[in-house]
Amino acid sequence: MGDLAIFGFGEGGWGLSLLEGAAMTLLVSACGLLIGAAIGGLVAWARLSGKRLAGAVGEGYAALFRGLPELLIVYFVYFGTSTALTETALLFGHEGFIGVPAFAAGALAVGVISGAYQAEVFRAAFLAIAKGELEAAVSVGMNRALMARRIILPQVLRFALPGLGNLWQVALKDSSLISVTGLAELMRVSQVGAGSTHRPFAFYLGGAALYLVMTVITTRVFDIAEARATRGMRRAAV
Amino acid sequence: MDLDFISRTFVRLIAAAPLTLTVWLLSVVFGALIAAGVTWLRVSGVKPFELFARGYVLVFRGTPLLIQLFIVYYGLASLPAVRASFVWPILRDAFNCAVLSLALCTAAYQAEIFRGALLAVPHGQVEAARACGMSGFLLFRRVIFPIAMRHALPPYSTEMISMVKATALVSLVTLWDVMSVALKIRNDTLVTYLPLILAGAIYFVVNYAIGAGFLALERKLTPHLRPRPI
Repeated sequence: MGDLAIFGFGEGGWGLSLLEGAAMTLLVSACGLLIGAAIGGLVAWARLSGKRLAGAVGEGYAALFRGLPELLIVYFVYFGTSTALTETALLFGHEGFIGVPAFAAGALAVGVISGAYQAEVFRAAFLAIAKGELEAAVSVGMNRALMARRIILPQVLRFALPGLGNLWQVALKDSSLISVTGLAELMRVSQVGAGSTHRPFAFYLGGAALYLVMTVITTRVFDIAEARATRGMRRAAV
Repeated sequence: MDLDFISRTFVRLIAAAPLTLTVWLLSVVFGALIAAGVTWLRVSGVKPFELFARGYVLVFRGTPLLIQLFIVYYGLASLPAVRASFVWPILRDAFNCAVLSLALCTAAYQAEIFRGALLAVPHGQVEAARACGMSGFLLFRRVIFPIAMRHALPPYSTEMISMVKATALVSLVTLWDVMSVALKIRNDTLVTYLPLILAGAIYFVVNYAIGAGFLALERKLTPHLRPRPI
């Protein structure tokens, strides 16, 4: 088979499989980023709460998950959740190994990693809100929920957008580690293709090219979103 | 879960730490050398050089390290031209492939750090040095490098820690680093948490030490920014 025919969409071509893998990569990274946003939001909230214990827990979470290898976290989440599930099921009388779906474990692992970094992004974004705006909101009688919805969240999201864009790229690349759990994302599909056609160079190069395309396009999307979100703001410098 | 098992596991993991650290050190040092070259091309002012450096950074930062590692280890080794050439004795060894791909990848990140640090050198300082008659290497050694290096330290320490974490990937190309020993123990004993937790502790301590070391260096190099003792 020709060099390019293996990436084709015809008989024996891997084009469709690779594109499906890329779609899976996007999906699992996006889920990971959302889980990370939930974790990061909670951790940032804990650190900003001013309460000693909550602050220490938040700080500990961020320090721990930024200090461990991503691959180790992927393994730990995958094996750990499966073992926990199997042992819990044993209490209810079910014997035998229960595996957590690779997608769920993968998204959770990416989210746990991303959350540790997103916490810092959200915290900085909150601290960037002008204090006068919060005081003004209190003085017109807004309660905490209303203030969060009208004043804090819109601005935190706006200020956090550049940092989130970077973390999206990181999540996209970290998602390749999920291939060790067997989830058919781009990295895994490239491996399978490389193995069954004995053309590893072509397949890994093709996979890398698809990753690059995804990174470049999604970075552009984040740039546009950032430009839109800050269109009403005056710039300190152009 | 007895103490004996914990200590035996720990000893086996620690025995693998030298490999992890060697891969880290070699890839970081080679990466810094490549990064210096890429940075030099990037700020050279020559358009083709600049484009090459931009492309290098884009490609190596825009794709996962894992796939870069596999391109080098599995990909290049499958090409007959590579197997016949003079680089084969180097690339046939998983250790060399691991160091090579980690170095190429960190070089892209380090080049961006170096570039940012160069841009942060105030123009007036360079002008003043030129006015005193310094130029070329003397200007770089006395003025640009000392200022840029201080700017580069904090992001550089982050990159060093990222690289320690990245070395865990070499477990996927047959090397016996801390990560792969932990997985082997998990496989053999079916104890899930302990080997991974102990391995994590080793990585965490190494990273903590590197972070603390860089912080101390930064403090030592910036006495002028410290508050004056009363």
